[in-house]
This record gives sequence, C-alpha cells and structure tokens, in this order.
Amino acid sequence: MLKNSIFILLFILAFLLPLIGQEESEIAPITYEKNHECLKCHGQKYFSYFNEYVGRDVKERMNPMYIMDSATFYMSNHRTFMCTDCHSYEYGTSFPHPNQLRFEPSFSCMDCHEGNDEYAEFQFEKINEEFLASVHSEKHSDEFTCWMCHNPHTYHITARTSENLLETIQYDNEICLSCHSDQSKMGLLSDRHIYDMLNQHEWLPNQKLHFNKVRCIECHARISDTLMVAHNIQPKEQAVKLCVECHSQNSILMASLFKHIKQETQEKQGFLNAAILSQGYVIGANRNTYLNIGSLVIFGLVILGIATHAILRYIYPKN
Amino acid sequence: MSSVYLYPVWVRLWHLINAILFLILIITGLSLQYSSKEYTLLRFDLAVTLHNISGILLTINYLVIFFGNLFTKNGFYYRMRRRWLMKEIPLQTRYYLFGIFRGEKAPFPINSRRKFNPLQKIAYFSVLYFLMPLIFITGWALIFPNVLFVDKIFGTSSLHFTDLVHIIVGFILSLFMFVHIYLCTIGKPPGSHFKAMLSGWHHSDH
Repeated sequence: MLKNSIFILLFILAFLLPLIGQEESEIAPITYEKNHECLKCHGQKYFSYFNEYVGRDVKERMNPMYIMDSATFYMSNHRTFMCTDCHSYEYGTSFPHPNQLRFEPSFSCMDCHEGNDEYAEFQFEKINEEFLASVHSEKHSDEFTCWMCHNPHTYHITARTSENLLETIQYDNEICLSCHSDQSKMGLLSDRHIYDMLNQHEWLPNQKLHFNKVRCIECHARISDTLMVAHNIQPKEQAVKLCVECHSQNSILMASLFKHIKQETQEKQGFLNAAILSQGYVIGANRNTYLNIGSLVIFGLVILGIATHAILRYIYPKN
Repeated sequence: MSSVYLYPVWVRLWHLINAILFLILIITGLSLQYSSKEYTLLRFDLAVTLHNISGILLTINYLVIFFGNLFTKNGFYYRMRRRWLMKEIPLQTRYYLFGIFRGEKAPFPINSRRKFNPLQKIAYFSVLYFLMPLIFITGWALIFPNVLFVDKIFGTSSLHFTDLVHIIVGFILSLFMFVHIYLCTIGKPPGSHFKAMLSGWHHSDH
C-alpha cells in the first residue's frame, strides 16, 4: 500500500515539477516566431538569399544600420512588439523588400503614447511639452524626434527600475554622447562639428568623477517639478556652472538624479539629503546635523574654557 | 634672566608656513563643508582649489619637520618616557588648572634640554605623528577620489567615509590650534612665546 502511494506521489510530481518555476512570458510565442522571420537576416552581419538571376544562393553583408541585435531588442521597452506592428506588414511578405517601403513615415512616440491612460504615469504629454521648449527642438528641424535619444528598438527605462544608479547614469549619458561625441549621427541634424567634451568641461574639478556620478542633464536640463527625468535641455550658456547648486544643503540633485529614491528620507542618521548616500557622496550636500551640533558644542566649550582660564589669569595674577 | 636658542631658522620657517597654511585650510574647509547658495564665505571652486593647493603644500612642509626631527636634535624634544609621563602629566595639568592662578612656578620650565612640557609633548606628538598623517592620507584620497581602492567601507561610500574622517580630524586640529595659540600667551610676559618663535631665543627667569 505504502509502495503504491509513493509511486502515485512520484508520478504526480513528475508531471508537476516541470511546471514549477515556469513564468508566463510577457512576449507571446507568435511574436518571437514572426520577429524571427525578420531577425534571421536583420539580426546577423550576413544574410543569404536565392538569386534567381544567377541561379544560386548569394551571401551578402547586412547594412550595419539595419542590424538589430535580438537580445537587445527583447530587453527594450518595446520587446513585446512585432516588427510589423511599427513597420509595414509588406516587409514580412516580400523579399527583396520593395523600395518604396523605405519612404514610409515612422511612428512618433506620441502616436501611441499620447492620451493613453495606460502610460499616464510617464506623462508623455508633459515630456513632449518640455521637449518642444528645449534647445533640441528649437534649434533643430522636425528631424529631431524622440527617436534621436530613445532608439525604439533598444531603449529601456532605467531610472525607475535600476537599483544601480551608476548604471542609470552611464546609460543616460551614453544617450547624450551618442550624438555629442559622434559626428556622423550629429551630422544628421546639424552642420556644426561636435565639441571636445573633455575640453568643454575642463573647468570641472575631478572631471572623471563628475562624469561617472552625475548625468549630463543634471546641469543641462531645467529641473521639472513633475517629471521623473527632465527633458527641457537648455542652451549651453544656461547650463549649471555654480558648484553650490549641487554642493549645498538644497542640492538640485535631490530634485533630479535622486528624485526616484523614494524609500530614502531626506535625513537619515543625521545626514542631510541621505538619499544621495545610498549611491555616493556630495561634499556640502551630505553634512551631518549631529556632527554639526556636536562640533559647535565642543568648539563652544573650548572657547568657554579658554575664556574662563584667561579671565581667571587676569583676576589672579599671582606672579 | 637666561636665554636659550630653541628655535632654529628651519623650525621657525616651518612653523610660520604651517600656521599660514593651517589658517587657509580651516577657512576654505569650513567654506566647503557649509557651502550654500544663499551665503558664501568663498566661491566653491576657489575654495576647492585653495584647499587642495594648501593641502599639498602642507604635506610638503610636513616632510620638513618629519625628516628634521629624524635627523636633527629637534627630534629629541619630542621623546617621551611612559613612566615619567604618568607622573608628569598630572603635575602639568594641575599647574594649568590651579597652580597658574596661585603664582606657582611651572613644574617643567623651558630650558635647553626641555622645549615642551609633558602635555605639550603628548599633544604635539599626537598631532605630528598621528593626526597630521591621517589628514594627509584622507586629503590626498579626496584630491584623487578615483584611486580609492574600495567602493564601500562599513556600508557607506568610501568617499563619504574618507571625508568624514578628514573633517573630524580637521576639526580636532582646528581646536588644537586655538588651544595652542592661547597657551602661547601663558609666557611671561604674555607675548614672550610669540617673540621667541620669531627670534628663536627663549628668555627665562629660571
């Protein structure tokens, strides 16, 4: 009897075990399947096709601009999308792709996100408003769209999700540098040459530390009261150059870089702007109230001691 | 009255440079620690530059006294004997707290073999061989934060920890300077110690 029970139990477990730990993928199998049709060429450096004119398989190099790394795509914000959700379905049905498909207009962020309650927390309308007021919009043609910074195939949000702030900083700064340190991409929008970033920021003490620990937008974007990430990029003349904007009790970093660290309080174990301490340290912004009070008390007592001693020496000059 | 030459030129120069740099470092250090948008003792970037340069110069100046004490007889004045100290410190403390008001004679008067009383020895030794190196190490680490070997110490950023040690030691050294200046007025007459530090000669009734 016991033997039978164990056997039945093992039998049930054998069916249940493979199910344990399995999570339902947010990406539908059909998406993988359909996208594979595109990525089997566009996910590779080379692609092959049967050339009817020469009557054999031909291997060619894929245009680097049209290579899409599937791993990067499936980690992006738009990972659940089929390629043909945004690109013409004809891409999926015809090869060679018809030339006229190249002229199809791209969707903009607002085409999908505007007025969509599902994305209300991201405030796309406000982001668009800030972008339109920014130097990126004012100084460039309509060619400057959201895609310039947020590649729809690769972009993923970091500020709200990443636990490692340094990763977020690096990711966000690379977005800026993808144009500002790459003449070929900058050339799409402007005739001017890119600046040498290191020379431009030569005035900054501990330049490397600043570049690693804060985002470009901390100094170059106007802080937004409501948005998580400010999008109103200012002309370079209006960039923050006053050190105390960050290095002070009322550091602007608390309204920008550390805005998302909600679990931290403004003050913890006596340190002002304690949220900063979870990821780094800013001289002038992280002073400790206990140490401040303690040092003032000790200093006061020493001065009092000296004054008392001096007065007593004056009153009792016994030599 | 007897006179003894206690402060050779190199010691006086070292001391003068030390004092000037100390003052600059205290002012700029306070300015950095309490930097503010509303009120500014010194512009932040200027304070950083001045603080860094003064810190570097203070380190170089420290090497003068370090090697000077190692290779000249000046180092002799810093030597302590533990057994003596245990008896001598209470005597000197008692003198500072009570005896000085009663006109008692200093228990350890200055002479050619004794430049410092036991309390001074302990204080100067601690400052020179413990606190100063500590503030140099932390100060240099703050000038070159990228070379800090670890990211975190005791669960906090190593940069933060380094700065905490730096400002605490800086505060103790600032207190030392206040007390040091005051105790220099204890000479007879009150300005005699200051004059001795300028001329090199200490004049005494003993």
